[in-house]
Amino acid sequence: MDIFVQQILNGLVLGSIYALIALGYTMVYGIMGLINFAHGEVVMFGAMVTISVISALMNAGINLPGPLLVLIGLMISIPACMLLGFVIERVAYRPLRNAPRLAPLITAIGLSIVLQQVAILIWGRNYIPFPPILSHDTITILGASITKLQVIIIVLCLVIMAGLLVMVERTKLGRAMRATSQNPSVAGLMGVSVNKVISATFVIGSGLGAIAGVMVATNYDQAHYYMGFLIGLKAFTAAVLGGIGNLGGAVAGGILLGIIESLGAGYIGTLTGGFLGSNYQDIFAFMVLIMVLIFRPSGLLGEKMADRA
Amino acid sequence: MAETLLKIEGIVKRFGGLVALNNVGLSINKGEIYGLIGPNGAGKTTLFNVLTGLYMPDEGTFTFAGKDLFRAKPHVVVGTGIARTFQNIRLFAEMTALENVMVGRHIRTKAGGLGAILRNKGTMDEERAIEAKARELLEYVGISSVADERARNLSYGHQRRLEIARALATEPTLLALDEPAAGMNPRETSDLKDLMAKIRNDGVTILLIEHDVKLMMGLCDRIAVLDYGKKIAEGVPEMVRNDPKVIEAYLGVAHA
Amino acid sequence: MTMVNNKKLGLFAVSAIAVVVLPFLVGGALGNSWVRILDFALLYVMLALGLNMVVGFAGLLDLGFIAFYAVGAYSYALLSSPHFGLHLPFYITIPIGAVLAAFFGILLGTPVLRLKGDYLAIVTLGFGEIIRIFINNLNAPINITNGPQGVNLIDPIQVGGFSFGKSFELFGQTFSNVYLYYYFFLVLTVGVVIMAWRLQHSRIGRAWVALREDDIAAAAMGINIRNIKLLAFALGALSGGVAGGLFSAFQGFVSPESFSLIESIMILAMIVLGGMGNIAGVVLGAVMLTIAPEILRSTIGPLQMAVFGKTIVDPENARMLLFGLAMVVMMLVRPEGAWPSKRRRMEFQDAKKGVSHG
Ligand SMILES: Nc1ncnc2c1ncn2[C@@H]1O[C@H](COP(=O)(O)OP(=O)(O)O)[C@@H](O)[C@H]1O
Ligand SMILES: [Mg+2]
Repeated sequence: MDIFVQQILNGLVLGSIYALIALGYTMVYGIMGLINFAHGEVVMFGAMVTISVISALMNAGINLPGPLLVLIGLMISIPACMLLGFVIERVAYRPLRNAPRLAPLITAIGLSIVLQQVAILIWGRNYIPFPPILSHDTITILGASITKLQVIIIVLCLVIMAGLLVMVERTKLGRAMRATSQNPSVAGLMGVSVNKVISATFVIGSGLGAIAGVMVATNYDQAHYYMGFLIGLKAFTAAVLGGIGNLGGAVAGGILLGIIESLGAGYIGTLTGGFLGSNYQDIFAFMVLIMVLIFRPSGLLGEKMADRA
Repeated sequence: MAETLLKIEGIVKRFGGLVALNNVGLSINKGEIYGLIGPNGAGKTTLFNVLTGLYMPDEGTFTFAGKDLFRAKPHVVVGTGIARTFQNIRLFAEMTALENVMVGRHIRTKAGGLGAILRNKGTMDEERAIEAKARELLEYVGISSVADERARNLSYGHQRRLEIARALATEPTLLALDEPAAGMNPRETSDLKDLMAKIRNDGVTILLIEHDVKLMMGLCDRIAVLDYGKKIAEGVPEMVRNDPKVIEAYLGVAHA
Repeated sequence: MTMVNNKKLGLFAVSAIAVVVLPFLVGGALGNSWVRILDFALLYVMLALGLNMVVGFAGLLDLGFIAFYAVGAYSYALLSSPHFGLHLPFYITIPIGAVLAAFFGILLGTPVLRLKGDYLAIVTLGFGEIIRIFINNLNAPINITNGPQGVNLIDPIQVGGFSFGKSFELFGQTFSNVYLYYYFFLVLTVGVVIMAWRLQHSRIGRAWVALREDDIAAAAMGINIRNIKLLAFALGALSGGVAGGLFSAFQGFVSPESFSLIESIMILAMIVLGGMGNIAGVVLGAVMLTIAPEILRSTIGPLQMAVFGKTIVDPENARMLLFGLAMVVMMLVRPEGAWPSKRRRMEFQDAKKGVSHG
């Protein structure tokens, strides 16, 4: 029972981070119908830049409380990632908007490789530890323990996601985004600047990605040039799980995937009689992805799509 | 009594809340030209999609040439003898006209991967036969001069004919044509009419959707009228034309 | 007409001779390590042609292709090495690996039948990762794959009493075994080229193009979509499996590292940059992308030394950076690839003009 509660808590932490990243995928997919393969790299840059800023401040002898340092780091990494997202769209996607679908996918993969290599150039190939500036005090819930930091991660994710949903529902930009996702050409005729909406989507998604990257780095106490790949893939899975293009779906899918994954990792040994261990944790995301796409290709909250013949 | 080729009863097809086909039943006799008319959005194309296995009907029965085709896969339907064209032409745009028709021979031929790799005599003979038959069909529909043009580059009328040739390549007993005359000028339409008559004379039953009422009246043996997913009339053209329900359905739309 | 034919025949003869003497020219001028690179180029040609059947012919975007290479490689490694003490001959293990890979191809293909485009890409990517994770972890509790350490001392190809494992003598001269493997791979590569070409120009190949261009129309013409997709997956995987077995024998060592996602991407890039769907383009792409990085690897270091007097950018880093940039730039400038098929070129031109299909 303790394991169960513990794994649920771990899953919630993981899942809310997935959800935050999944929003980036799902917004872009909803509006442009393409998978922004380079999104995972934006997440990685968010983590890396933040760590660099914090380290630089500390090296300069500036002595501030941990949370404040992280906040300053975020204030630099968020705009940096937003700029990165903006540039990615301009360079890799906009020129190919009418090209066959394979073309933007390849540029995106190419860009992922470039971004990883740039990260190696700047930060090297090794794991970079997150500076030990945040407390790892734990609290106990139902016999399971969770750090205060993890509680903050969950709460922050929920707040940000709620803010985004309100933004999309209530603001002018949000309306323009919804109109564009339904029908870009009609939205264009109605006076929506489709290019601006698309840029805004990339910028917002990348900002969320930067925050998520920092959360990942604080949660695992490290960052790495390759960290964006797996986490990006899982977040995409979460987006598909919830129904790609659907914001609420991305949130639900992210949290669900996080919980499935940590429950799976916690119980796989018992389930297989010790044959498979928790080192198989990563296959759950892919298994879930395949299952969802077989049984409900439109995702949990997505609308059923039918081919028009 | 004429021999029944196709029979459906109580077919229902829903899209979410929309009932696109509501309890539709009809039977088509061997050798006739059976017309299907109705206002836009009445469910004609949806019925075609159900009859050709592209959509799964929710309820009903469907038999063709004595076989049960309810919820059968498209390739099974084609194998049993129903071929179709599309309202919004769906050719293989980058293939030549000839290659398009050759694809139509797929279901009636059988060379597999191994045969393709080994190129044994059987495979090569079959391949030659496929090409010969395809050329013959292009000739039959009157577009053999453009055999090696890419389908995309053909004129609209030629594309329509090519779709018919491709469908005929599957050796259907029932040919279902979804608005084949749409967008054609009067001359092309009259040529198309002759082509359809020729196809029927060669023993193929035809199911035809068309808006051109004059064309339909002159060509069809029987006509069914769909409105809002329901069959509201069926019979010989004369009778259907004077049916008050039909007049209302059409006038209601035209003057709405 | 005959003039054209003669010209073609001449061109063919010249390229045939060039391909046959190539290893001696390269080996003589640059050394055996470059002949070894040629051997790898041939392996990649086989792999790329296999993936091209799936992506180029049938239009199914597969990002997990390397899994089939892994299946072939590990089949050979486990059945012909001291790991289990089995030393089956290559003419048994390579077919076993190929069939097993084809089986995995169908295993992957079946659940993804309804998926298209990007969705298919992601699922196949996930599948490739699942296979790699299993290979990486199946060393406990029962040691099947030897985990991250990989399998060592794999048997070389052996024909009669003659082993490809050591160098050989000819006309009093000693040649490295990389020459033997070159000709062995060349024969098989030519076989795969012929197979791919014949499939493309057959009833099956036409069905694949139909599927790629419009799957609904293809179904309505009586093509069994499920079977024709599975056939593409199976045949593609089969070629991948053969290449994998050859890789094992040639390398003498396999580990999970050789089968990571970047390898799948690399093979896809060979197809796309070379000219998807066009066999000559794919061959060109595979050769280019195998050789060019090696050239970069061997020049970036010395070049930096010469210009800056020290190594500023790690050559491996620079190589991957250029590779990524090349992918982006190539797609922006020439999305149809270096040597596309006529049909593809048309598709891309139409796309540029913004014409919609059918
Ligand atoms: N794939 C689909 N998904 C949802 N609704 C559909 C689909 N196909 C057809 N419909 C709806 O079914 C109704 C009938 O359409 P259709 O059969 O195309 O009419 P017709 O061919 O008679 O003009 C229309 O309201 C149409 O919007
Ligand atoms: Mg219609």
